Amino acid sequence: MKYEATIGLETHVMQKTNSKMFCSCKYEYGAEPNTHVCPTCLGYPGALPVMNEMAIELCCKAGMLLGCEINPYSKWDRKNYFYPDMAKNYQITQADEPLCIGGQVEVEVEGEMKTFTLERIHQEENAAKNTHVAGASLVDYNRAGTALMEIVSNPCMSSAEDALAYMAYVKQIMQYGGISNCDQEKGQMRSDVNISVRPIGQKELGEKVEIKNMNSFAFIKDAIEYEIDRQTTLLESGGSVVQETRGYDPDRGETFTQRTKENAHDYRYFPEPDLMPVQVPEEQLKQWRSELPELPAQRQVRYVEQLGLPEYDAGVLTADMATSDWFEQAMQHTKNAKAVSNFIMGEMMRLLSEQNVEISESKLTPENLAEIIELIDAKIISTGAGKQVFEMIFNEGGEPKIIVEEKGMAQVSDDSALEGWADEAIASNPQPVEEYKAGNPASINFLMGQVMKASRGKANPGAVMQMLKQKLDA
Amino acid sequence: MAELHKLTITELSEKLSAGECTSVDIVTDILSSIDARDGAVGAYLTVDRDDALDQAKMADEARTAGKASPMLGIPVAIKDLLNVKGQPCTCSSKVLEGYTAPYDATVIAKLREAGAVLLGRVNMDEFAMGSSTENAALGKTSNPWNLDHVPGGSSGGSAACVAADEAIASLGSDTGGSIRQPAAFCGSVGMKPTYGRVSRYGLTAFASSLDQIGPITKTVKDSAILLETLCGLDPMDSSSIDVEVPALGEQLTDDTSLEGMKLGLPKEYFVEGMDPEVEKAVRDAVEHCKSLGAEIVDVSLPNAKYAIAVYYIIATAEASANLARFDGIRYGMRLDGKDPAELYAKTRSAGFGQEVKRRIILGTYVLSSGYYDAYYLKAQKVRTLIRSDFTEAFKTCDAILSPVTPTAAYKKGEKTDDPLKMYLDDILTTPVNLAGNCALSVPCGFTSAGMPIGLQIIGDDFQEETILKVGHAYEQTTEWHKERPSL
Amino acid sequence: MSKTHEGMDVGYVAKLACIDLTEEETTLFQGQLNQVLHYVEQLDELDVSNVESTAHAIPVFNVFRKDVVGTSLNHADVMANAPSSVNGEVRVPKIIDQ
Ligand SMILES: [Zn+2]
Repeated sequence: MKYEATIGLETHVMQKTNSKMFCSCKYEYGAEPNTHVCPTCLGYPGALPVMNEMAIELCCKAGMLLGCEINPYSKWDRKNYFYPDMAKNYQITQADEPLCIGGQVEVEVEGEMKTFTLERIHQEENAAKNTHVAGASLVDYNRAGTALMEIVSNPCMSSAEDALAYMAYVKQIMQYGGISNCDQEKGQMRSDVNISVRPIGQKELGEKVEIKNMNSFAFIKDAIEYEIDRQTTLLESGGSVVQETRGYDPDRGETFTQRTKENAHDYRYFPEPDLMPVQVPEEQLKQWRSELPELPAQRQVRYVEQLGLPEYDAGVLTADMATSDWFEQAMQHTKNAKAVSNFIMGEMMRLLSEQNVEISESKLTPENLAEIIELIDAKIISTGAGKQVFEMIFNEGGEPKIIVEEKGMAQVSDDSALEGWADEAIASNPQPVEEYKAGNPASINFLMGQVMKASRGKANPGAVMQMLKQKLDA
Repeated sequence: MAELHKLTITELSEKLSAGECTSVDIVTDILSSIDARDGAVGAYLTVDRDDALDQAKMADEARTAGKASPMLGIPVAIKDLLNVKGQPCTCSSKVLEGYTAPYDATVIAKLREAGAVLLGRVNMDEFAMGSSTENAALGKTSNPWNLDHVPGGSSGGSAACVAADEAIASLGSDTGGSIRQPAAFCGSVGMKPTYGRVSRYGLTAFASSLDQIGPITKTVKDSAILLETLCGLDPMDSSSIDVEVPALGEQLTDDTSLEGMKLGLPKEYFVEGMDPEVEKAVRDAVEHCKSLGAEIVDVSLPNAKYAIAVYYIIATAEASANLARFDGIRYGMRLDGKDPAELYAKTRSAGFGQEVKRRIILGTYVLSSGYYDAYYLKAQKVRTLIRSDFTEAFKTCDAILSPVTPTAAYKKGEKTDDPLKMYLDDILTTPVNLAGNCALSVPCGFTSAGMPIGLQIIGDDFQEETILKVGHAYEQTTEWHKERPSL
Repeated sequence: MSKTHEGMDVGYVAKLACIDLTEEETTLFQGQLNQVLHYVEQLDELDVSNVESTAHAIPVFNVFRKDVVGTSLNHADVMANAPSSVNGEVRVPKIIDQ
């Protein structure tokens, strides 16, 4: 018998708001512990939540970008469970009336376009951060109560590749939409994965296993593959899968039982009396829709059609929002799209990966690159010199024109200087001159090399060639 | 200068404006009244003497500098579930031992702004769960009219201190009658404002969809003045409602006519088991209102009889979540354990009293998997019916008259062994919390044993103005509110 | 809902609520709460299938705050309230994933 896997994802995305979901404390990653806390996010007696308008806007916009319907009426519920990361011992979330309903995305998986559907997106609040030390755990409530969305897919994927492509797409869209930075290392994007396996042809899904709280794509891939394998092996050997929650141990590359169905939480959801329901007015939705950013697919088309870039370049540039934005900024200062694209895909990406930094951390600004390209196009420096300037500024910062001047990198196109070097090259190399005149045009390259050498690389190669031809053809 | 403690907000405010006394005089007098009586009454958990005198001094200085406000310099006692910055907020529970409030409740901020003097914090049933202030872990409070009797609850301390002239006024909170019932038991005036009228920010929640803060005072006019100070939209409380705050105090004049006013009498409110003395006093009060010109009409609140069942499902469910935060982690009492689960269980078992545990368990049960629809959802639907009853009734009347409680204050210990019996006493007060509208408790007589009886005046949403007007007219033409307990 | 309460297991529910009851308390509460649940059964008389539920007595919508950072609590006050703390963090017994 053959088996197939069914996968659904619950992806938690931390929104890019200034303040928390239900209080005005700042969200700041890496701040001193328990410095951005107040009675509300600490669950002090008497404190009350008030909705952050921006979080609602971002959640609705996320829904619009992922093809959801915005629920005309959504409400809040309390999800009760005791845990040291949950200050009130209940989480404010949305059980039966989430902000966004449905949704679907088109994603390329290994060259094939696939459609994945969403069940919902709901808004909730984040938990505090626990760290573990010898004999105790410590709680930092800075993250407690920050705005968190849960994007719930339907069980519509069948492989780790599907899941990864879906998550990469969601991440890209969230970044483009300004919804979240989705920095996984900072816990801004985490997923719970639901996996079941059934014999091919069976209608109903197999027993579902949930793997909780993973932030690395690599771990998610490994965990899914391990789990599909484990369940399939179990079924093949006549066993059965137990519905449960499992954790993933990246060191051993295995999943392990965390909580069985018998011990499942009874969350006792009920309507949150402290918060009022949300009914986003139609005009507001219209306004938000009009503010939605251009998505990568749309940008790609524009790069090809309006900027004349090859499809390949457009794809590479738009894959990541920060890169694409950087490109757009450079294009405000130059018209030479292909040159900008070449520099980003070449020098920039090489240096970023060598030094393991983000494009936002580059000391070289988009204006700097535009200026370098301008210098090259004006034949003031050679392309090679341009690359050198690029790397220098990338590492040290600086102004292209000043560096070219200080380092004496400008090309010499001045006829009198070139003429001297050309005459000398012709005079001291009679043999290549003879050969050229005898009908071997390649021999001129040797003379050219001599001139470049004499100029210590600063001679403008085009001008040199022209000068030599002029003299030899005369 | 003696006897200032016996006066009302209205009287003291006049004296202060006229320069006949200072706030320091009043507070000094109140403090000696507390010294003389609180040993017997036990209303206070803490009296902040020095702080109160400092506030009084500041109020006097502000007055000299030209500030004028009816509450300026008036000493007020606070139910110990309101957060007052820098002070404990025990809710009369051991579980909050060691907690210092880092912020002011909105009502406290409003009192400070008005220049009122915060005297100290008064006793209550633990987390406002109770009707007799016997479920209090940190103090025992007696009814000033008879020290063997309960002061009512849960705002028992708030009502007792006003009745005993140990405060000019106080703040209480009302979830199912917790202001009106102790006010009735102690012969004070208690107001449960419309839900959303007064911000709940800083009020330790019992049942969030029912809780309201309100004043307990010696007169209806004082109630109006203090309520006016507390009202208003608060951006910190999402359930706070943006309605205009009328000049509640000013509208109450010497005109005590109720001409043109229609007062409803709900037949369902004269329940089986009601003390005939209570019924008679209330019926007399109805007649009295008629003599003031009011038209008495029959109204029906057919679903009110379900109020206790609905109330004890909704209130305990909300409480089970609201009280989950008392876990020994971030503040308050902690009994350590080998893991967090053990810590929670040890702390909560030792920290909560029996009634609180009983209600948390009931509330947890009605929300638990498989029972939600049968209990919680059903209760929420019947709640709709109870609210519709009031909406219907207010189409034919301006206010509704009823008793506050089926009996007057009873002896301590009389009902502690039978929770259901204690719960049933809330039958006349809980419908208003479920419906969300407002109600006032005004003294309307005494039993033959000398215990006060309360008249409940129920108003429609945000019709505090109306019920205060009725209460004021009744009070000013009767003598009940002038009676003081002999302590 | 009739009869459902016969099965109310006070011990189990107390565990959900993170409360340890003594044996006496369990017995006492079992009796008292069954009495309360029996009383509550009177709601069965009502047919509420077509009635909307009330979560907020006086419903309003869209109560928002602007996404503006306000003042947080003084760190020292937060730590002073915590029964146990280490290096500015709240200390709890070791969390073993349940
Ligand atoms: Zn906060």
